[in-house]
Amino acid sequence: MKILDASKLSDLADTLAGAGYRVVVPVQDGDRVRYAEWSPGATIRTDAFPVNSAKDFLFPRSEVIDRYQLDGDDFTPLEVRPPAPRTVLLAVRPCDAASLAMLDTIFNWDYEDDLYNARRAATTVVPLVCTRADAQCFCTSVGGAPDSSAGADALLHPADGGSRLILEPLTDKGKALVEAAGGALADGKAAPDAPADVPARFDPDKVRAWLADNFEADLWDLLSYACLGCGACAYACPTCHCFDMQDEATRTESVRLRNWDSCGFALFTKHAGGHNPRPDQAARWRNRVMHKFSYIPERFDLVGCTGCGRCARLCPAGMAMLEACTRIEEEARKAPAHES
Amino acid sequence: MSPDTESAAAPTREHRNIYQPIPMTVADRRDETADVRTLRLEFPGDAERTRFFEAYRVGQFGLYGMPGQGECVFCVASPPTRTDAIECTFRQAGRVTAALRDREVGQRITFRGPYGNHFPIEQWKGKNLLFVAGGIALPPLRAVIWNILDRRDEFGKVAILYGARTVADLVYKHELAEWDARDNVDLVQTVDPGGETDDWRGKIGFVPAVLEEVAPKPADTIALVCGPPIMIKFTLPVLAKLGFPAADTYTTLENRMKCGVGKCGRCNVGHLYVCKDGPVFTVEQLKAMPHADM
Ligand code: FES
Repeated sequence: MKILDASKLSDLADTLAGAGYRVVVPVQDGDRVRYAEWSPGATIRTDAFPVNSAKDFLFPRSEVIDRYQLDGDDFTPLEVRPPAPRTVLLAVRPCDAASLAMLDTIFNWDYEDDLYNARRAATTVVPLVCTRADAQCFCTSVGGAPDSSAGADALLHPADGGSRLILEPLTDKGKALVEAAGGALADGKAAPDAPADVPARFDPDKVRAWLADNFEADLWDLLSYACLGCGACAYACPTCHCFDMQDEATRTESVRLRNWDSCGFALFTKHAGGHNPRPDQAARWRNRVMHKFSYIPERFDLVGCTGCGRCARLCPAGMAMLEACTRIEEEARKAPAHES
Repeated sequence: MSPDTESAAAPTREHRNIYQPIPMTVADRRDETADVRTLRLEFPGDAERTRFFEAYRVGQFGLYGMPGQGECVFCVASPPTRTDAIECTFRQAGRVTAALRDREVGQRITFRGPYGNHFPIEQWKGKNLLFVAGGIALPPLRAVIWNILDRRDEFGKVAILYGARTVADLVYKHELAEWDARDNVDLVQTVDPGGETDDWRGKIGFVPAVLEEVAPKPADTIALVCGPPIMIKFTLPVLAKLGFPAADTYTTLENRMKCGVGKCGRCNVGHLYVCKDGPVFTVEQLKAMPHADM
């Protein structure tokens, strides 16, 4: 059994960085904790929920997807080399690892996005089992678990009352990482701690059945009333993948950028002619819920939400996906539709 | 982040990058109306041309762009039976369309495609076809019409009803004359009341009303309808009343698109991606869609 002292996680990060990995870990950043690239001296924090999700490192907020040299009325395509550094997502949440199934699917379900795939192939995923959860956590309602190994190449288990960590490799990438960790891990024995108790709060199949029949329900106004359309939920969400494509140019060069976008923004679906098929915030919030709990399940047999609760922790208006889903389930119980 | 770490694994021009278009040369350009233009586009080489025409089926769309400006979605307005170039027809409505419109013969634009689904014309062999189009929405049907006319013997009767606000708003005027002159095509043209000129020989009236008057019998007939939303709205009930089944009536949907390949999440109507499951839908499919989303 490979173990290390919980206080030595930064030594492991140092060793892996020395072995050529870009090490992504939850670190203290001002008064918040966020996933960031490890640098010596940073403080690793596994006891607080990071505000961002691990998707930042596979599907960056903004990236160059095409480049041209502009020559007056003509142009010359230039080489595009999106970086795909060897990366380890270390001590991320199991819900972050679980979200990769969704991203892998979207970026490959028909056309294969090699920009994403190159980074994904170079990434080793090492989640840390959660021994504590907060009121916004609901992974168990959407098929996850605080000790889930879904999407993981290796799993870190807190052990011996939190004083140690067990590193359990699960795939070849995980084994290679253990190899690279060398002396930062010791052979020994430790007793794994119990995972957090996360009670299931709703049944996504019931939510999905209600959604199928209630595109026009009055409940949407109520559920979305507080929404400011700021998009913070989408940026923090590990599965939100909507993006915009924008050109930026000087006189001599242009780049095409892929930038995160959100169906919560008013301009997201607005046509050039002025018509907007989703004219108000209720229509936009409905799309967010429908997409995750109806459209994605229908097409990909996945739930488009991992229950991480980031959107609720970050929402300036206090809205919560968990609350929306439990409310919808309540509604479904009131008027039992034809269950599918 | 150091950009060069393991960059050997990263996609380059030699690697596949689904967002990278190919350059196309403007071989010809024509003004259809005061603000609608057609560009004829040649492929950079035979390899690109062959790759395109192996994939292309009528009804599909592409993304046409100018580096530094962005990309726009239009249908491919020429049929897969004409394989030396492609055409697109568009109205200038913004920055990108303005840039495309300003391209001169010999200059280049970018193109990605073909994307989306297509009209199932192979299933229509031996059937009659009724085309109903309004205004700037003729291009997608024009591609089908030429596709059918280039393989004329394989299909039954062809009837076309095309209307616009005014005579000046009719696109593809040369081709309308050509279809009109054929005895194996039944073309009816109409303009809205007040939109006629002194020498106008077509009908005067809105498309739905004229359709009711001139439509062929629905038996063994596929109907294709493309036009502004208001025209579609009033034309579909007429087709239903005349007995055209919703499952045999086709239209195309437009939504905002960016990627065209089912990734950016922008184009969905309910659980359907217009860029993947569309742009071609039957009216039966349309009826099952959440209308508030369109
Ligand atoms: S245009 Fe991007 S998903 Fe359809």
